[in-house]
Amino acid sequence: MWVIYKKELTTFFNNLTGYLVLGVFLTVMGLFLFVFPETSLLESNFASLEPFFEMAPSLFLFLVPAITMRLLAEERQLGTLALLLTKPIDEMGLVIGKFLAAVSLLFLALVPTLFYYITLYFLGSPVGNLDTGAIMGSYLGLLLLGSAFASIGMLASSLTESQIVAFVLAVTGCFLFFYGFYFLSGLPVFFGKWDALVQQFGMDYHYHALSKGAPDTRDLIYFLSVIAIFLLITRFVLQYRIRS
Amino acid sequence: MSVRVEGLTKIYGEQKAIDKLSFQVEKGQILGFLGPNGAGKSTTMKILTGYLPPTEGSVEIGGFDVQANPKEIRRLIGYLPENNPLYGDLYIKEYLHFVAGFYPIKNPSARVSEVIDLIGLTPEKHKKIGALSKGYKQRVGLAQAIIHDPQVLILDEPTTGLDPNQLVEIRSLIKALGKEKTLIFSTHIMQEVTALCDRVLIIKDGKMQANDTLQNLQSTFQGEWVTTVTFQGPFTLAHFKIIKDVQRIRQIHTDTIQVITAPGIDVRPLIFRQAVKDDNIIIGMQQDRRSVEEIFQKLTGSDIQ
Repeated sequence: MWVIYKKELTTFFNNLTGYLVLGVFLTVMGLFLFVFPETSLLESNFASLEPFFEMAPSLFLFLVPAITMRLLAEERQLGTLALLLTKPIDEMGLVIGKFLAAVSLLFLALVPTLFYYITLYFLGSPVGNLDTGAIMGSYLGLLLLGSAFASIGMLASSLTESQIVAFVLAVTGCFLFFYGFYFLSGLPVFFGKWDALVQQFGMDYHYHALSKGAPDTRDLIYFLSVIAIFLLITRFVLQYRIRS
Repeated sequence: MSVRVEGLTKIYGEQKAIDKLSFQVEKGQILGFLGPNGAGKSTTMKILTGYLPPTEGSVEIGGFDVQANPKEIRRLIGYLPENNPLYGDLYIKEYLHFVAGFYPIKNPSARVSEVIDLIGLTPEKHKKIGALSKGYKQRVGLAQAIIHDPQVLILDEPTTGLDPNQLVEIRSLIKALGKEKTLIFSTHIMQEVTALCDRVLIIKDGKMQANDTLQNLQSTFQGEWVTTVTFQGPFTLAHFKIIKDVQRIRQIHTDTIQVITAPGIDVRPLIFRQAVKDDNIIIGMQQDRRSVEEIFQKLTGSDIQ
């Protein structure tokens, strides 16, 4: 598993995907938070990172599939999957190794954003007037959300040899799981009766719950289950669909 | 370490890709797996490595059942898949290090250098795999297959698409590797089998056509000289009087027959005299000795004759 993890992480930074993802994420975020006046932290009257955590999921919606689209689709296209799966590693090790590499890249993208936190910390009046708990909760939520997107992306990537198809599938899947249930709950069938329940299937519900700063185990379990389910399906795709 | 295959069958949907294959290879032997494209060679090899599950039958490598002990099997075998898939954007060393990481190798760096030397990759060792010629790519494929010094080597068409010089080099590499290991390789080129193998397994449409040592196969089939005789005008076998030493005669065209004899017997003078006696005019006569290629064609080709 770690062999795969190491290789994928090196590959991210060998073929520029890694730098590109980090660069795009940080540039876009930086523009929104410090340059564009509408969303600028500096124009706001509150020392809050909320705009960052509101926008990050939409960026992840595209960035995470861009990271994961290659992971299995390329192996299928090159034929190297046959090579890897005849090495002493099982499907689960392969899937988890690649998944963890993608998550690590997301983590690396988030680390420099602590700079925003530090900036705000000192901009606050008085200094340090900031809801640190909520921010930490939001970071946790963002990382879990990114990981859940990555698990959807892994599945998409296992379904096709084409990276473009994998990307489109992953974006669609992430979108549906993030916003889809919220919109679905507005259907007349659910509205007023089950809409709250339907919303709970969506990732945005749990993401926002986490950002309130009081991590609830239910939200953690939700994200971890989503990740586990998608990775397991990916594994079954590798085992039964490709190797049959 | 022996490889034992028993009644192997693989069915894709309705189609039988391979049908009750059984064979055995021992250490120090090179088994050539010969058949036309689509005969089921790659499928069989994928099953041998444990990558594909068989529909029926079993494979045993060094006493381990492939399906029951995938982990052990994967350590024992080295596999070069069909079309030699590689990561073009990795450097040779980087790639071999990556592959070495899958196995419990004590000093991976030393082993990687050793394999690079052994396989003859030294002059190109600082290049990216994508920048290599086909022959060198093939070497990289072989290098990754032997990095953990496996007991059993399974090479799927290791010589496809190489130029004649590269062919000779890769073949001698395979020959050298086959001395200490159990080696199974597939090809659709007959000469390759003659050049390398101890045993030959010929399959067609997934069915075993022959499984024998090369010598046996050759002597069985070289026991035939074929004389093709063309007469002027239609000629039927009924007109031909059996002369001595002829094993059999067959009509291959309205005016052409083939006379098959044991090796070393030239029946051309006899046929000529007989034809003169019967007042038939011979306009062409040619004698052929069956070569290995023809054995192959005979066993795998559709019956043209």
